[in-house]
Amino acid sequence: MQRIGVFVCHCGTNIAATVDVKAVAEALSHEPGVVISQDYQYMCSESGQNLVKDAIKEHKLTGVVVCSCSPRMHENTFRKAAASVGLNPYLVEIANIREQCSWIHKDIATATDKAVILGKAAVAKVHLNAPLTAGESPVAKRALVIGGGIAGIQTALDIAEAGFDVDIVEKKSTIGGKMAQIDKTFPTLDCAACILTPKMVEASQNEHITIHSFSEVSEVKGFVGNFTVTIKKKARYVDEVKCTGCGACVEKCPMKKVPNEFNEGLDNRHAVYIPFAQAVPKVATIDPNYCMMLKNGKCGICSKVCTAGAIDYKQQDRFIEQKYGAIIVATGFNPINLDKYDEFAYNQCPDVVTSLELERLMNAAGPNGGTLLRPSDKTHPHTIVFVQCVGSRCDDEKGKPYCSKICCMYTAKHAMLIREKYPDTEVYVFYIDVRTPGKNFDEFYRRAVEQYNVHYIKGMVGKVTPKSDGKIDVQASDLLSNEQLHINADMVVLAAAIEPDKTARPLATMLTTQMDTNDFFTEAHPKLRPVESATAGIFLSGACQGPKDIPETVAQASAAAAKAIGLLVKNSITCNPCVAHSDELLCNGCSSCEKVCPYGAITYQDKEFRMPDRTTAIRRVASVNPAVCQGCGACTVACPSGAMDLNGFSNSQIMAEVDAICK
Amino acid sequence: MNKNLKEQVLRSSGVNVLKCMRCGKCSGTCPSYDEMEYHPHQFVYMVEKGDIDTLMNSNSVYKCLTCFACVERCPRGVEPAKVVEAVRLAAVRQQGSNHLSPVQIPDMLDEDLPQQAIVTAFRKYAK
Amino acid sequence: MQVNDNNFQPVIVAFCCNWCSYAGADLSGTNRLNYPTNVKIIRVPCSCRVNPMFILRAFQKGADGVIICGCHPGDCHYTSGNYYTRRRITLLYSMLDFLGIERNRTRLEWVSAAEGAKFAATMQQFTEDVRKLGPNRRLEDLRCRKQ
Repeated sequence: MQRIGVFVCHCGTNIAATVDVKAVAEALSHEPGVVISQDYQYMCSESGQNLVKDAIKEHKLTGVVVCSCSPRMHENTFRKAAASVGLNPYLVEIANIREQCSWIHKDIATATDKAVILGKAAVAKVHLNAPLTAGESPVAKRALVIGGGIAGIQTALDIAEAGFDVDIVEKKSTIGGKMAQIDKTFPTLDCAACILTPKMVEASQNEHITIHSFSEVSEVKGFVGNFTVTIKKKARYVDEVKCTGCGACVEKCPMKKVPNEFNEGLDNRHAVYIPFAQAVPKVATIDPNYCMMLKNGKCGICSKVCTAGAIDYKQQDRFIEQKYGAIIVATGFNPINLDKYDEFAYNQCPDVVTSLELERLMNAAGPNGGTLLRPSDKTHPHTIVFVQCVGSRCDDEKGKPYCSKICCMYTAKHAMLIREKYPDTEVYVFYIDVRTPGKNFDEFYRRAVEQYNVHYIKGMVGKVTPKSDGKIDVQASDLLSNEQLHINADMVVLAAAIEPDKTARPLATMLTTQMDTNDFFTEAHPKLRPVESATAGIFLSGACQGPKDIPETVAQASAAAAKAIGLLVKNSITCNPCVAHSDELLCNGCSSCEKVCPYGAITYQDKEFRMPDRTTAIRRVASVNPAVCQGCGACTVACPSGAMDLNGFSNSQIMAEVDAICK
Repeated sequence: MNKNLKEQVLRSSGVNVLKCMRCGKCSGTCPSYDEMEYHPHQFVYMVEKGDIDTLMNSNSVYKCLTCFACVERCPRGVEPAKVVEAVRLAAVRQQGSNHLSPVQIPDMLDEDLPQQAIVTAFRKYAK
Repeated sequence: MQVNDNNFQPVIVAFCCNWCSYAGADLSGTNRLNYPTNVKIIRVPCSCRVNPMFILRAFQKGADGVIICGCHPGDCHYTSGNYYTRRRITLLYSMLDFLGIERNRTRLEWVSAAEGAKFAATMQQFTEDVRKLGPNRRLEDLRCRKQ
C-alpha cells in the first residue's frame, strides 16, 4: 500500500493569493494513499525541506507530491531532499500550481479547483512511480579526431596536453589540410607554413598522439564514453615504419605526369610521391592509378632504389579497431566545383583560377616557386580581376545559399600581396558587399584600398570571355557609377564558395549526428553548445560545422578539446534514468522502435525464452542501451505491442494523469 | 508610387523582387546595357520601390533583347528579364497610348534593329 | 440534457514537451498572461511521447479538447521527435474523422520556450473553439461521467 505525502507551498503570496492552499491540502488529503497533507509558507526553504524530510521519515512515505512552482525550478531541490533521507528521488512529483495556475488565474474559486486537479494528477502519477537508479557507464580514456587539418591538429594537441591519448585519422597521406596549401594568413600576413608546420611536427612527436594518415573511419559502434571505431588504413604500398622519407624513390620514378593535388593540379608529380617537403608523416605513397608496377607489373624502380626496403607492392588495406571515449569531427571544407559556371570560363581558360589555386601560384613552394605567372604562358600578369561570391549566397542549385565568410578577407589579402610584390599590376575586386567582421579585419580591407590602391568596384562580373590574343575580356557592372565595364585582364581569380568535405555525410550517418541541408554538422545548441553535436560524446571542430577562418577554427578546436577532456577525465558517466526499456515478453521483434530512434540506442538480439509448454525458443527482441537513450519516448509510441515504455513517463503514469484531469 | 501597377507587374512576371541581393550580375551580363536608360538591376529595384511609370515611359523596355542572360546568371533566381517583360506588357495594356498604326511602321524600321529582337519577339508572342 | 452554452466549461488536456512548450507555459505564467482554467497541462519529455492512445483515452474519460504542444520544427531537443508527432497527429485526424469526432477538438501547436504570449493566446483560442463545439459526447464513456 502506497503512503503518499502531499506538501502545498504558499510561495509567500505568489500561490496563496489566488489559490486557497489550505483547501487544496484538505482536498488532496482525501485522495487514496495520501497519509499526510500539509501546507507551508516556503516549501523550498531550509525549514520547508525539513518539513518534507521529517514527514518522509515519520510517516515512512513511499511517494511525495509537492504542489509548488514549476518542476523546472525546484524538482531537483525536492529530489535531493528526498534522497537525503533515503527515499528514491524519482518518487517525488511536482504539481505546478504557480506558473501554470496561481500566476495566470485571478478567480480564487476556479484557481483552487484547478490546483486541486493538478494535485490529484500528481498523486495519481506518483502512485505508479517506480524507484529509478541512474546507471553508470565507463569512459574509455582515448579520443579520436577525424581530420588532420589545423582544426584536428589543434584539438589533438590540446587533448594530448591534458594527458589523454588521441588518434588522428587523416584521409590524405599527410596532415596539415588546407592551411598547408595556403601561402599567407590574414590579417597579419604571416606565413601559414611557418605557423602550421611546427604544430604538425609537435603532433607527430607527442607521445600521446597517434597519426593514422592515408586512413578512413569505416565503422563506428557504441555510444558516449564507449565508442568502438574501425579505421581503414589504406594501402600506400610503402611501409610507414621503414620509410625514412629520403625521397630517392620519388626522384627516380619514371611516371612523372600525375596531376599534383597539393598544387591544385597546376603542375605534376610522380606516381610515388610525398605531397610537400614538410609532410607529416614524411612517408612516400604510391598512387596505384598511375604506378606502372601496380598497373601492369612493369617497372619496380622505386623498390630497387629504396635503401630502407620500404616499398611493398603487395600491401593491402588494413583495418584496426580501437575503443574511444570521445570523437571529434574535424573534416573541414573544400571549394565548390565551378564546372557549372560557364559565364566565368573556368573550364575554358587556364588563366581563370580559383583563389586556392592562386594561393599555390603565389606560394614559394608552389609550381612557380613563388613568382606569380599566368598558368597559360608563364608570363607576368598586369591586370588581375577578382570576382567575389562565386557560388556563395546563391538561391539556385548551382551554388550555396550561405556566405562563405572567408572570401572577402583572403581576396583583400591576395590583392594586397600582389600590389605589394608587383606594383605595376592593376588589381580589380568586384564585390557585392565587403564583409569583414573580426578583429583588425576591416582595417585590413581598408589598407588594401587606401594604401595599396586596389580597385574595389561594387558590382558583379557577368561574363568572362577568353580572347584570341591571350587576354581575357571581363564584362561587369559598376553599380555606383551606373555603367558597364569591360576590363582587358590577364588573369581572373574566382572566390569559390566553400562546402563541407564530401566524406562528412557518410560519416554523419555512422556517428548518428545531425547535419543541416548544406551538409554542415549541426551543433547541439546554436548559442550555448556550439562545439558539441546533439549526439553525446561527438564534438565538432572547425569548418565541418560552418565556414570559418583560421583563428575561429583554432578557437573552436580548443573548445571542442576542452569539452572532450571534460568527458575523458570522468571514470564513468551518470546516465539519465528516465530512459526507455522494453518488456522482452511482449516484444515481437518488429523493429519499429529501432527505426524511429534518433540515437541508435535500440538494438535487437536473439534471446532464449522458456515457453509455457516447457520448451525453449529463440526470439528476436529489442533492447535499449540506457547509456545512449536520451528518453524522448518516440519508440514507446511506435511500438505496436506495447512492449516499449519510458521510465518516469510510463504509459500508465500518463494515463493516470489523464484520468485524474478528466475525472 | 502606383500600387496597382506594381501589383500587376509582380503578378504578371511572377518574380519576387525581394529576393534580389543587389549584386548587379544581371547588368554585368546584359548585352544591350549601353542601349538602356534603366538597366536590369534598376528594373528590379524600381519595381520594388513601385516606380513603374518611369520605367514604362523609358525606351529601356524595348531595348531588352529578352536574351535571358540575366535570368540564367542571377545567383538569387530573381529573373530580371521577366520583370522587364512585365513592365513592357503593362505599357502595352495601357489603352490610348503607345499604340502604333500600321502605316507608321515602315518609316520607323531601323537598319540596326537586331535580328535577335525580332526572333525573340516571335518567341515571346507565339505559343 | 440541455447544454447551456454560457456555463459550459470544457475540460481541456494539454500535453507539453518538457523543453519548449512546458517552458513556454511557465513563461506565460511568469509574465502573468491569463488563459482559461479549463486547460490542465501534462508534462511529457517530448511531444513524440504522446501516444494517440492518450488522446483517445482523454476523450473517453470526458475531455472536450486535447492540445499537444511541441518545439518548432527543427528545434526539437531530440532533433526529430516533433516530426514524428506531426505525422502521428495527421494520421490521428483521419481516424477521428472516421470516428465522427470533430477534428477541431484535437490540435497540434508549436510553442517555443520563448513564446509565453503565444502559449496563452493559443490556449484562449483553443478553449473558445472547444466551447463553441460543445461537450464531447461521441467517445465519452458514460460510465465515467460524474453524477
